[in-house]
Amino acid sequence: MVVLREESEESLNQLFRALADGTRRDILARAIVEAPTVSGLAAHYEMSFAAVQKHVAVLQRAGLVRKRANGREQLVSTDHERLKRATELLDSYEVLWRQRVAQLDDVLREGE
Amino acid sequence: MPITSVTKDPEKLSLTVVADFPVSQERLWAAWEDPRQLERFWGPPFAPATFTHHDFRTGGRAEYFLTGPNGEKWPNSWKFAAVNPIDFFEAEDGDGDDMPTSMTFTFETTATGSRMIHVTRFSSVEAMEKTIPGMEEGFRAAMPQLDALLEA
Repeated sequence: MVVLREESEESLNQLFRALADGTRRDILARAIVEAPTVSGLAAHYEMSFAAVQKHVAVLQRAGLVRKRANGREQLVSTDHERLKRATELLDSYEVLWRQRVAQLDDVLREGE
Repeated sequence: MPITSVTKDPEKLSLTVVADFPVSQERLWAAWEDPRQLERFWGPPFAPATFTHHDFRTGGRAEYFLTGPNGEKWPNSWKFAAVNPIDFFEAEDGDGDDMPTSMTFTFETTATGSRMIHVTRFSSVEAMEKTIPGMEEGFRAAMPQLDALLEA
């Protein structure tokens, strides 16, 4: 968490840009479920292996995925810590919104 | 409970809330339009909101602060990117920040009253951390209330 707070503006911009692309979000979704190989990912998209490599590199620079060698293959795995933090924060927001909606309901019911 | 669904997407950093209320769409809109009503539900129970400015129209701004349990003040503001009474508004949270959080609110009339569909989109994990400083501490302090609320 300390690491996240100390992130530079540039790294946050990278994160934002990384998530702004549909193919990259799809790659990220696949990398959460399993650790696919780059060639395995390339089979899912109508683009060259090199283009998929580039998308993976953008995700990697944003700190969302890591690549590790497995024999001759490159496995793409997600940064679970970062996603876990995002999930925790969304849980807090859910609680906040449940409270907010309950309070709004009280305001709306007043004077009925 | 008026909450119909809450959908969270940790990859897209978004939260979608659908809530149905037994009042007219006009009445629901009025609660967002009137700062005195808005401040009664915007802040969490441990940190009530005070709106000092609420120019609720396209291009307008709202300014408010939350008052924390120890008297700390957390100022914030919204910029209204679009306001279409009584159907829709979009606000950017975290004014002056490079990575604002966007919030869209859509209102509809239903057979039983009105529906609100709200989507918050965060631009980064850090933007989520910053939106309400002290939020998690506050939630922990408010836990007994929370449990009761979530069980209701």
